[in-house]
Amino acid sequence: MMPPTPTAAPVPRPTFQLDDHQVPFTPGQTVIQAALAAGIYIPHLCHHPDFAPHGSCKVCTCRINGRMATSCTFPAAEGLQVESEAPEVQALRRDLVQFLFTEGNHFCPSCEQSGDCKLQAVAYDLGLLTGHYNPLFPDRPVDASHSDVLLDTNRCILCELCVRASATMDGKSIFALSGRGITKHLVVNAESGRLGDTILAVTDKAMSVCPVGALIRKRQGFRVPIGQRTYDAAPIREIAVQGAATAPGTGGQTP
Amino acid sequence: MTTVAPKRKLRVATTSLAGCFGCHMSLLDIDERLVDLLDHIELDSSPLTDIKSPGMCDLGIIEGGLCNAENVHVLRHMRERCRVLVALGACAITGGLPAQRNHLDIRDCLQTVYMTGVGVHRGFIPNDPELPLPLDKVHPLHDVVKVDYFLPGCPPPAEAIWQLLTDLVAGRTPQLGHGLIHYD
Amino acid sequence: MKRGLSEVLAGNAYDPTRLVQILRGMMELEGYISPSVITEIAAALDLPRSAVEGVAGFYSFFETEPRGRYRVHFSDNITDELQGSVELRQRLLDAFHLELGEVSRDGRLSVKLTSCTGMCDQGPAMLVNGRPIARLTPARIGAICSLIRGGSPVDQWPENLFTVDTHLERADRLLSTPIPPGAAIDAALARGAAETLAVVRRSELRGRGGAGFGTGQKWTACAAAPGPDRYVVCNADEGEPGTFKDRVLLMHHADALIEGMTVAGLAIGARKGFIYLRAEYPFLKPTLEATLAARRAAGLLGKDIRGQRGFDFDVDLHMGAGAYVCGEETALLESLEGRRGIPRNRPPYPVTHGYLGRPTVVNNVETLIATAQIALFGDEWFRTLGTPRSAGTRVLSVSGDVARPGIYEYPFGVTVSQVLADAGAERTQAVQVSGPSGTLLARKEFGRRIAFEDVPSAGAFMVFDESRDMVRVVDNFARFFAHESCGFCTPCRVGTTLVKQMMGHLVAGQGSRRHLKDLARVSKVMKQTSQCGLGGTAGNPILDGLEKFEPAFYGRLPSLEVRPVFDLDASLAPAREATGRDDAGAHLDPERG
Ligand SMILES: Cc1cc2nc3c(=O)[nH]c(=O)nc-3n(C[C@H](O)[C@H](O)[C@H](O)COP(=O)(O)O)c2cc1C
Ligand code: SF4
Ligand code: SF4
Ligand code: SF4
Ligand code: FES
Repeated sequence: MMPPTPTAAPVPRPTFQLDDHQVPFTPGQTVIQAALAAGIYIPHLCHHPDFAPHGSCKVCTCRINGRMATSCTFPAAEGLQVESEAPEVQALRRDLVQFLFTEGNHFCPSCEQSGDCKLQAVAYDLGLLTGHYNPLFPDRPVDASHSDVLLDTNRCILCELCVRASATMDGKSIFALSGRGITKHLVVNAESGRLGDTILAVTDKAMSVCPVGALIRKRQGFRVPIGQRTYDAAPIREIAVQGAATAPGTGGQTP
Repeated sequence: MTTVAPKRKLRVATTSLAGCFGCHMSLLDIDERLVDLLDHIELDSSPLTDIKSPGMCDLGIIEGGLCNAENVHVLRHMRERCRVLVALGACAITGGLPAQRNHLDIRDCLQTVYMTGVGVHRGFIPNDPELPLPLDKVHPLHDVVKVDYFLPGCPPPAEAIWQLLTDLVAGRTPQLGHGLIHYD
Repeated sequence: MKRGLSEVLAGNAYDPTRLVQILRGMMELEGYISPSVITEIAAALDLPRSAVEGVAGFYSFFETEPRGRYRVHFSDNITDELQGSVELRQRLLDAFHLELGEVSRDGRLSVKLTSCTGMCDQGPAMLVNGRPIARLTPARIGAICSLIRGGSPVDQWPENLFTVDTHLERADRLLSTPIPPGAAIDAALARGAAETLAVVRRSELRGRGGAGFGTGQKWTACAAAPGPDRYVVCNADEGEPGTFKDRVLLMHHADALIEGMTVAGLAIGARKGFIYLRAEYPFLKPTLEATLAARRAAGLLGKDIRGQRGFDFDVDLHMGAGAYVCGEETALLESLEGRRGIPRNRPPYPVTHGYLGRPTVVNNVETLIATAQIALFGDEWFRTLGTPRSAGTRVLSVSGDVARPGIYEYPFGVTVSQVLADAGAERTQAVQVSGPSGTLLARKEFGRRIAFEDVPSAGAFMVFDESRDMVRVVDNFARFFAHESCGFCTPCRVGTTLVKQMMGHLVAGQGSRRHLKDLARVSKVMKQTSQCGLGGTAGNPILDGLEKFEPAFYGRLPSLEVRPVFDLDASLAPAREATGRDDAGAHLDPERG
C-alpha cells in the first residue's frame, strides 16, 4: 500500500518588490507573469501568456535592481526591486510607443482595430497625445489576396506574435521576418509573397494574437461601432488583469 | 458670490487646413458651455467668424494637416500670429486620412483624377495660378512649425476640447484622463 | 533544380546550420538569390520557405533581386570619406550614368554602399563581387571602369588590384613573439586542462573584442557547464568601423590563432571550433584553409592531437554575409546556426547555452592568440606588461588624419597623445577610440590612457584633424548604426533611423533646437532599453558629439526657429511638373511663408 502523502504545511511563496507591492511568484515565472497574476499591470505589447518570452518591443521595461530591463524576460527572484511606475521608466515607455507610431502608418480613424488595439490602448494608458517625432510614412504593402484575411503591414509593429503562433501552435510557419533594421518586415510562406497562396486559415491561432490591426478578419468590419469597443469600456490597465485575483499564479492573461 | 475682476480675454484664432471641419463641429459640440467659454475667450479669425486673417492672438487652434501650398502659408501665418498653437485632431497631428495618399505619386493622382478617371472626358490637369499646388506628401503640422499642444481624436471629443481650453484659459498644462484621449 | 544548386547543397552536406554558407554559394553562382531558389533550398533543407527568405533578406551581401553582373560596394566608413571616397564613387557612377543603388540598364553594373570594409589604413576601398580593392585613386577607378566595360570576369582582373597591404608600424610582445606550431599545445597538454584554465585565469587576460570579460573566467564557466559537447568560436567578424587589426592578425598569425583555439578546446573539453570570418575578408579564406590543412597534416588538428589519446579537435571556417551585428556573440551564434543574426535574450549566456544550445566560448582573434602565448610562456610573463586592471598589450588600428596609418601594438596604459605622436598626427581635433560604438575624445582628453580602467578600446583609433567637420563625422556614424541595426528591438530599430534622419536634417540645414534635444533623448532611450550592445552604444557618438563639440552642432542651426523638416519647394516639384506651372504661387520659400 502506498503510504499516505503527508499534508504539506503551506510554504509561503517567495516575493519581490514591485513599486509599493510585494508580489508573490512561482519559480520559473518572469517578473511580468507574476505581476499580471497578482493583478498589477505592466504595459507590454510583444508579451503573450501563451508564448515564450520574446523581449522585442521593450515596452515592459522596468528598473530592476537599479538597471533597466525587460520584465517579460527577467526571471522573478526573491527580493528583486522592480520599479514600473517611476517617472523615468514611464518616460522611456512613452518614447518607445511613440517610436512605434512614428515608424508605421497608423491612421486610427480608418482602422478596423481601433478601440480593440493594444498599441493604441497602451498609448492611452501612457497619456500620449502625439507621436512627437516626424513620421516616417513608410511605403508598406496591403495584402488582400486571402479569402478571409487582410494583412495590412502599415500597422504591423513586428512583435512576431503571429510568427510565433503560426510556428509553435499552428505548425504552419506562415509568417516570418525578413529585411533588417527599419526595413524589417513580415513575409509569408509563399513564393508569390501572397497570403492567399499560403495555407493560413482564419481559425488559426496566428489570427487571434495580433495586438494591432495588421491581421484583420474580412467581412467583420465595424460590427461593433467605434466608441463601444474593448478599450472604450475600460482602460487596458484594468482589462489586462481582469480575472487575475480569482486565479492567482496562473500567469497573466491578456485579452 | 465671487466676483473676480474680469481678466483680459484670450484671443483665439481657429482654422481648418486639410481637414473636414469635423473638429470644428466638435468644438461647437461643447454646447451651452460655449457661452461660459466666451466669457474667457474672444474669437479672432475663424470659420466661425467673418475675420479672414488673424491678428495677434494668444491661441491658435488648427484642424487638418498640410496637403498643399496654401495650407503651408496659412499655418506659417498662424504660427507668427499666435503665441500658443494647438494641433486639433488626427489630421493635424498625423496627417490623418489625407496622408494615406503618401505612398502614391502625386503626379499619378492628378492624372487619375483629372485625365484618366472614370467619367472624365477630355480632361486636363488644372493649371490656374489661383489654385494651390498639392505637396508631394501630406504632412502633420509639426513637420513645418513648432506646435505647442496636441489634442488627438477624429474628431476629439467635445469634452476633451473643453478640458483643453479651460486648462489653457486657467494657465494650466492641459491634462486628459481616460476616455478623453481617443485617436478615433 | 537550379543549375549548381545541388552542388552547393551537397558541398554543405544539406545542413541547415550551413544556410548562410549555402546562400553565399548561390550568390557566387548567380549574383542573386531568386524566389524559386529560396523555395528549392527550403524544400531541400526541410525549412519553412519564409524562414529561408528571412535569412536571405537579412544579410547585406545577399541580393534577392537581380543586380549588376558587377556588384560594387563602396566602403562608407568615415575614413574612406576623409580619403575622398565620395568623389571616386561619383566618378564611377558618372562613367556609367548610374545612380547609387541602381542597376545599369544593360544589367552590367550596380553600385551600393557598405559599412567599413576594414581597409581604413589603405582606403578608399570598395568590394567588387565581394572582393576588396583598396587604395582607390582616380586612376584605379579609371582602370576598373575599363575592366567593367570590357566585361572580363572579376577573377581575371589583374591581381595587383586586389592586393591588401600590411602596415605594421609598431610591434610589441603579441606581434613579436612567435610560437612554434604545437609548442603551446604541448605546454597545455603537459599542464592538463584544469591547470591550463588556472594559468589563463591568473594571466588576467581580458577579452579583446570589446566587453573585456575575463577570458579565464569565461573558459572556466564553460568547462564547468554540463553537456555532452562544447564549442570554441573565434570571432573574426571585425565589423567595428576603423578596426582592421584582426585582418592583419589573421593574415600573419593564423597559426597562433588556431593554436590558441586548440588550447581552448583542450582546456574546456571541446572537440569542435569555428572561425566566423567577416564577408569583407574573402582573401583570408585561402590562408586560413591552408593553415588548417597544414595543421591537420602535422597532427595539430584532428584526432589524437600530438598523439594524445582522445584529444580531438578541429576547426571549421564560416563566412559572414555582411552584418555588423553578427560580431555580437549571440547574433554570431545564430548566424553560425544558419539563421538571421538576431542577438539572443540573456541569460542564459553562451558559456552554458551557446552554439546549438551547448556550452560555448566565443573569443576575439587577438584574445585567442594571447591565450596561446600564455599557455606557452605562462601567466607571469603575460602580466609583466600593461596596467593593474589591463594585463598585456593592445593592438590598435590607427587611421584617419595621421602620416602613418596602420597597426600599432602597445602595452595597455599608453596615452592617446603618445599614439598620435607615433603615428604622425598633427593639429588633431578629435579621436574616436574603439569605433563609432566607443568614445569620442576631444583634445583636452588626449592625456587619457588606453586601458579598461580609463578608455577601453576594441582596437579602433580614428583620428580627425582640425579641418574636419565633426557634425559630418557624427552623421556618418549615425548612418552606420541605422544601416546595421538588426531591427529586433524597438529602441534601436526606430531610434537609429530617427537619429539618422535628424542628423540628416542638421547637415541639410533643416535642423532646429528641438532636434538637438531629441537627438539626446533618442540616444538615451537606445542606451537604456536596447537588447544588445549595438543599440546600447549607437547613441554614444551623438551624446559625445553634443557634449564635446556643442558649438559645431549649434553652428548647424540656420536659426533658433523650428524649420520644416522637408524641402518645401521641392515637395511642390511633382505638382509643378504635372501642371506645367512655374508661377510664384507654384513655389514655396523655405525661409518665409
Ligand atoms: C554590435 C557588436 C559587435 C561586435 N563585434 C565584435 C567583433 O567584430 N569582434 C569581436 O571580437 N567582438 C565583437 N563584439 C563583442 C562580442 O560580443 C564578444 O564580447 C566578444 O567576441 C568576446 O570575445 P572576447 O572576450 O575575446 O573579447 C561585438 C559586440 C557587439 C555588441
Ligand atoms: S493598429 Fe492600432 S494604433 Fe494602428 S491605426 Fe489601427 S488602431 Fe490605430
Ligand atoms: S502582423 Fe500583428 S502579430 Fe504579426 S508581427 Fe505584425 S503586429 Fe505582430
Ligand atoms: S539593439 Fe539593435 S542590433 Fe541589438 S537587438 Fe536591438 S535592434 Fe538588434
Ligand atoms: S513585452 Fe517585454 S519586450 Fe515586449
